[in-house]
Amino acid sequence: MSDTQDTVLSIRNLTIDLPEGGDRPHAVENLNLDVKRNEIVCIVGESGSGKSITSFTTMGLLPRVLKPSQGEVLFEGTDVLKLSDKQHSKLRGNRMAMIFQEPMSALNPCYTVGDQIEEVFATHSSMTKSERRARTIKLLDEVHLPEPERIYHSFPHQLSGGQRQRIVIAIALAMDPALLIADEPTTALDVTTQAQILSLFKQLKETHSAGIMFVTHDFDVVAEIADRVVVMQKGLVVEQGTADEVLNRPKHPYTRQLIDAVPRRTREAPPSIEGNEVVMKVVALEKTFHTSRTLFAPARTVKAVQDVNLTIRKGETLGIVGESGSGKSTLVRCLIRLTDIDDGAVWIGGKEFSRVPRGQLHDWRKKIQIIFQDPYGSLNPRRTIGDQLVEGPVNFGVPRKVAMQKARELLRIVRMEQDALHRYPNQFSGGQRQRICIARALMVEPEILIADESVSALDVSVQKEVLNLLAEIKEEMGLTMLFITHDLRVAAQVSDNIVVMNKGQIVERGNADQVFSNPQNDYTKKLLAAMPGQGWEVPDIAALERAGA
Amino acid sequence: MVRFILTKLVMAAMVALTVSIISFGLVYMAGDPAIALAGETATDEEIAVIREQYGFDRPIPVQYLDWLGSAVRGDFGISYYYNMPVSDMIFSRLGTTVTLGLCAISFALLISLPMGVLSAIKPNSLLDRVAVFIAVVGEAIPSFWFGLLLIVLFSINLGWLPASGSDSWQSFIMPTIVLGYYATPALMRLTRAGMIDVLSSDYIRTAKAKGLRPRKVLFKHALRNAVIPVVSLAAVQMGFMLGGSIVTETVFALHGAGFLAWQSISRNDLSTMQALILIFSMFYIVFTFLADVLNAWLDPRLRSG
Repeated sequence: MSDTQDTVLSIRNLTIDLPEGGDRPHAVENLNLDVKRNEIVCIVGESGSGKSITSFTTMGLLPRVLKPSQGEVLFEGTDVLKLSDKQHSKLRGNRMAMIFQEPMSALNPCYTVGDQIEEVFATHSSMTKSERRARTIKLLDEVHLPEPERIYHSFPHQLSGGQRQRIVIAIALAMDPALLIADEPTTALDVTTQAQILSLFKQLKETHSAGIMFVTHDFDVVAEIADRVVVMQKGLVVEQGTADEVLNRPKHPYTRQLIDAVPRRTREAPPSIEGNEVVMKVVALEKTFHTSRTLFAPARTVKAVQDVNLTIRKGETLGIVGESGSGKSTLVRCLIRLTDIDDGAVWIGGKEFSRVPRGQLHDWRKKIQIIFQDPYGSLNPRRTIGDQLVEGPVNFGVPRKVAMQKARELLRIVRMEQDALHRYPNQFSGGQRQRICIARALMVEPEILIADESVSALDVSVQKEVLNLLAEIKEEMGLTMLFITHDLRVAAQVSDNIVVMNKGQIVERGNADQVFSNPQNDYTKKLLAAMPGQGWEVPDIAALERAGA
Repeated sequence: MVRFILTKLVMAAMVALTVSIISFGLVYMAGDPAIALAGETATDEEIAVIREQYGFDRPIPVQYLDWLGSAVRGDFGISYYYNMPVSDMIFSRLGTTVTLGLCAISFALLISLPMGVLSAIKPNSLLDRVAVFIAVVGEAIPSFWFGLLLIVLFSINLGWLPASGSDSWQSFIMPTIVLGYYATPALMRLTRAGMIDVLSSDYIRTAKAKGLRPRKVLFKHALRNAVIPVVSLAAVQMGFMLGGSIVTETVFALHGAGFLAWQSISRNDLSTMQALILIFSMFYIVFTFLADVLNAWLDPRLRSG
């Protein structure tokens, strides 16, 4: 077979204009890209790099405001940009298929998943009803869903995120497409589910002999599955090559910067905090949720937190790691008394915080501050940054002028300009907003800072910046931190000690190195084994630069 | 689904019971009903006679159960004003009101669903602007004036339609338009907003990525989700049209139940008022129940709720 026959998708000099008034004239500019049969090409870049636009263009799903102005997108030799929507839709779901990022909302809630898969056969083939059904059941089995017959009749809301993503993959695979486009398909999933889906992709490459275009921002995922890598920045391809070339010997400064930001699995030993005073002590904490019995439904109980014991010393960063549903968020809510505990105690600085009467809680609130996950939702869009920063201290009786002075000081610490005080949240990027949230949390001089998935929503390079900033501030101010995350790599990077939670219980605890290099518990081992990119040793970018390569 | 329907039925029954207590209690909220019936100039003896005659001297729970028992059998007592059985008066007029209500809600849905869908497909297009214009006019024009305009045009000038009465189906055309148009704006806006929301959702993108024809994406995947709140609103509006069509009925001299309600209020005809309130509320409860069941059929997530 010649090379051209093997090429499924070939994008040539593609330029897509952005509507006027954007931050740049083109969404993608002069893009060249090939995807061959039996190959996984990863497109990597941060948000806004144009990687999703590229996949939408190929599928003919671009929003109306965006128009390709130049170039061609050759799919099996046909320029799809020249096709009418009707012609293009004959290819969609048939010869080319797409898998999306958000499995929770990608399926229509009103129809059974069986119906939603069968629809593809009904559209693109002349199978009879019973043939369609048989093929659908077989597909469900192929994407490793248990009890295909039962799943067939299920509605999306009855399935987990990982199961739903398998349904979306089944829909994409239905007609055995030549090209499979996956847009961040594992980003919203837990690490163990991600590992399963990634291995499914590797299988599909072989069994379906499709070309796979895999859009991601995560270099560890790239290391796990990519044959070739395309790195995009602001609509331009800055580097492309084989996975080995790009991952181990990156040439472009932007690629180097991205790879340098990948959280390392090991780090230097932190200074010991053994002898420090205990700031927070949690004893036998229990929290169970009950749904009361109704006329038609029996009562249910969920043990969200069971027998949790923690000791946090001054200056310590304690990482709490767990997948969704592990109880880590409930634990945090119990610690700061947003949720009442059933049993056990939380001690802060020698006082039993969990027994402080509600009326006195106000004075205690400033001892613990929290930084939330979503920097877009946690700042009031209608108030200036200055107003939002001083609100805390003013609330505790600090004169506004003094508080403003402090706000300026903190903005300096989180490396923001002073004029940010008079601006509104929408004028800042996600990373900047998260830094503002950090400043806000520090305004009342808390003893304990809780970061609840605080970097999960950020791009890798921004994530690294925020993590470094937190580490510096911690050093400078002697803060104690609780770092809640689902991301083992991030936890390894910032924590002194780590506890791993599963089903409401702490299944493993120890210092960070110990937990990662020598896990004892089966669940921890499973989590660690599921981490993508294990075989890849992140290259020393500084060394590469010194070598002048 | 069966369990869902049973739950909703039990809830509907409880609401109905509550409503019956309230509508029964109305008689007493206005003061001693015997005094009200006897008139301002009545003597104490006359009031006592009336009290005994109508059974107001019995304990209130007994009166309530007695009233409820009869009401369930369709007997709402004798009208204090007209001196004839309330149920005869109501049921002879209910047909007119129900016909008008059903025609009007159908008319409203026939206008608002297609217009809402079309304007959602192309927001800010000419069609969308026309739809918004129609909606704004519908909200702004008082029903009685719109009704009079129609009478002037179609009955007086053109002579096509009868100006009043309820003898033929032609008599219902103009009232249907007036009452239906009144309900159209809200339904249209809700359809449009729902469709715009749904069309930008991830599962519509999935449907497009499957290569489905645009019509199938629109009607199978989008409309079903977008129409759910519209169903609930239509049920409420339907209930409103039955009870609140007084203005329209008056303008077109359609002697329906709405008209009767207005008369019984102005004449302090308590037993008729009681009966009408109960019947209108029952309609509300039935429509809400039907809307809940329809929505649960549309969206399986609602079935477990």
